[in-house]
Amino acid sequence: MTSDDMTLDASAPRLEVDALIDDPRTRIVVCCGSGGVGKTTTAAALGVRAAERGRKVVVLTIDPARRLAQSMGISELDNVPRRVKDVDEAAGGELHAMMLDMKRTFDEIVEGHADADRARAILENPFYQSLSAGFAGTQEYMAMEKLGQLRASDEWDLIIVDTPPSRSALDFLDAPKRLGSFLDGKFIRVLMAPAKVGGRAGMKFLNVGMSMMTGTLSKLMGGQLLRDVQTFVAAMDTMFGGFRTRADATYRLLQAPGTAFLVVAAPERDALREAAYFVERLAAEQMPLAGLVLNRVHGSGAAQLSAERALAAAEALTDGLSEDGAADGDAGTDRAENNLEATGIVDLDGGNAGAGTAGGLSPAAAAEHPAPTSASAAQLAAGLLRLHAERMQVLARERRTRDRFTALHPEVPVTEVGALPGDVHDLTGLREIGDRLALNGTSADDTDTDGTLTGDHSDSGS
Amino acid sequence: MSRLHVVSGKGGTGKTTVAAALALALATEGRRTLLVEVEGRQGIAQLFETEALPYEERKIAVGPASEGASRWGSSRTESGGDPLRGGGRRAGEVYALAIDAERALLDYLQMFYKLGSAGRALKKLGAIDFATTIAPGLRDVLLTGKACEAVRRKDKNGRFVYDAVVMDAPPTGRITRFLNVNDEVAGLAKIGPIHNQAQAVMRVLKSPETAVHLVTLLEEMPVQETADGVAELRAAGIPVGGIVINMTRPALLDNGDLDVIAARGARSGVAKALSQAGLGGARRGGLADRLIDPLLEQAREHAERVELERAEHAELTSIGLPTYELELLPEGVDLAGLYQLARDLRKQGPI
Repeated sequence: MTSDDMTLDASAPRLEVDALIDDPRTRIVVCCGSGGVGKTTTAAALGVRAAERGRKVVVLTIDPARRLAQSMGISELDNVPRRVKDVDEAAGGELHAMMLDMKRTFDEIVEGHADADRARAILENPFYQSLSAGFAGTQEYMAMEKLGQLRASDEWDLIIVDTPPSRSALDFLDAPKRLGSFLDGKFIRVLMAPAKVGGRAGMKFLNVGMSMMTGTLSKLMGGQLLRDVQTFVAAMDTMFGGFRTRADATYRLLQAPGTAFLVVAAPERDALREAAYFVERLAAEQMPLAGLVLNRVHGSGAAQLSAERALAAAEALTDGLSEDGAADGDAGTDRAENNLEATGIVDLDGGNAGAGTAGGLSPAAAAEHPAPTSASAAQLAAGLLRLHAERMQVLARERRTRDRFTALHPEVPVTEVGALPGDVHDLTGLREIGDRLALNGTSADDTDTDGTLTGDHSDSGS
Repeated sequence: MSRLHVVSGKGGTGKTTVAAALALALATEGRRTLLVEVEGRQGIAQLFETEALPYEERKIAVGPASEGASRWGSSRTESGGDPLRGGGRRAGEVYALAIDAERALLDYLQMFYKLGSAGRALKKLGAIDFATTIAPGLRDVLLTGKACEAVRRKDKNGRFVYDAVVMDAPPTGRITRFLNVNDEVAGLAKIGPIHNQAQAVMRVLKSPETAVHLVTLLEEMPVQETADGVAELRAAGIPVGGIVINMTRPALLDNGDLDVIAARGARSGVAKALSQAGLGGARRGGLADRLIDPLLEQAREHAERVELERAEHAELTSIGLPTYELELLPEGVDLAGLYQLARDLRKQGPI
């Protein structure tokens, strides 16, 4: 790193992804963050990497993109982890993956906790069917339930879980508690046995509210829905304790030392604001935060050239073009030049040292083309420079948003994942993401090339 | 023309921004729009740079001035001019409301049953909490119900209070279920006020008064979700409006340029051009020469992206809905940017 690198990387500790996934004490990694930041891809990439580094991993995804799911062989939604093929198992690891089926998960809980008759009564209850098919909260609750099950089976070294695309990224923390407090609440007892609660001494106020309420509920919901709910609640009665216990156990699991939360974000204002909120919330809940994964960060191999200089140069080139009027008839020149190059330089990449005088950049070659530069080359150069200026503006904006986060939370370790031009939907792509996750801040390093145009370096080529 | 605009989109596509820009765009002279938030994120307040919105409709902005003759204002004539609103030359207004399910439920109870203390008793018991968070669909019924009420609301002169209501809705993955939940609830509660309410809401949502717009980016997953979302909405009989392609970026270089670059000769020419523009020496290892590889790499990435975007664009076009495009604002969306987006939307004709 050069001294003129003014980013705050130095103050933001680096998130060492490999150390995290290699550590046998790490048993659960939870990827959370707002929608569209790449949680699912991050979870999958971590899974592939951990497996290929020797751990027995299961990835629990909630709603993967179709092609990604297909590539991992989990497009079938059967609620059971499937072994992912084509993962390099030489290091002794394995990768399994599954997609959450929330209704199936809910049904399994019911079946596991009630005798056959009661289970059937619950499963057939219209209220239950609607509840389990997925209203706000069920998905979050079932994701945590499934996580608890996977952990309890102790079949895997490492469980990586993706969190649902929620109203708020925190719903999966809140939903189980909400359900738990409902199940423990007075309301449910009222629904089951109004008379009993109403009759308690010292509950006179409740008593009044009560009679009004059951009447109101019946009026509001219609008698039949109220009966459905009551039947459901009665049938579930024996299971409530179990639900509560499980919700509590999952919550404790999330606080356990073997759990690591990764907050995933894109270098955009809203995503990072949500990430900051999440970081604070995890701290308040005493949940172990491993760090921030900053996805799709842009870098540039030519960061020494500022946006302003690039734009000015592009303008100069464009102006030059219009002044010369050279735009006409340059095709011939261009072709001639191409011909020369094609014969003159055999290997552009490797032959820098030995290409010799035939190289197009040599004075000799330049002499053959007395015109300053061909118009098309100038145009192309101007285009490249404008593109570069745009990239540098993106870079600056991303850096500002990231620095704002780092200023708020200097203690949070960060890893940056360089942006890929396209989407990821195969193991090769996931490995590439995994490399970038572990490489840590490659994009920032890219910018530290050894030459700057403003600084005086040994090669003053002009 | 639709009066309830439901704006959805995959997470990260900027649906809140688009919803806000649409509410502004629809607030042409003399018109009043209501921008509604249902997910409790306070995204609208952040966009408009105001403090958190309470559960009450309040004016947060005036519509952007129209440029020349407004194609948008003309629909006003359908309600016979506007003598009551200062002759139609007044600036449009945007109101905003963050709907809170719990408050909406208490409002309903109050409205239908005059429940003062019983409402509080219900709350103490956890019944309100149950109804708004646990009971399947009730929360969604309350949220859509409130929006539909605003759509239907008339003043004492029998005029609609809002010319349009724009909802910043849940993401594409959940939108059909969210809007269609009333059907399910109406089935679950076969009689009673909930049943009636759910059916009334469904009548609005399935009428031509409603249009669901989906916001997307030119990226694979959002486009795929948009296509899936449109299919689901159509299957549920909910009218789909348009597709808003957000954060588009101009193509600075295309494949033709890349072909030129691929021809080896271009390299030296470009190096000379760079050198001429004052960016250092063009000789091997010179500053300009060293710029070339990274610049070309960026160009290749750019071209790859442009190509992907074209394919995604074609995919979107094949859905057969009107599309609207909003350019990426390089400095992010502030208030000025929001007005810019609103003007851009207006220029693209009625949505």
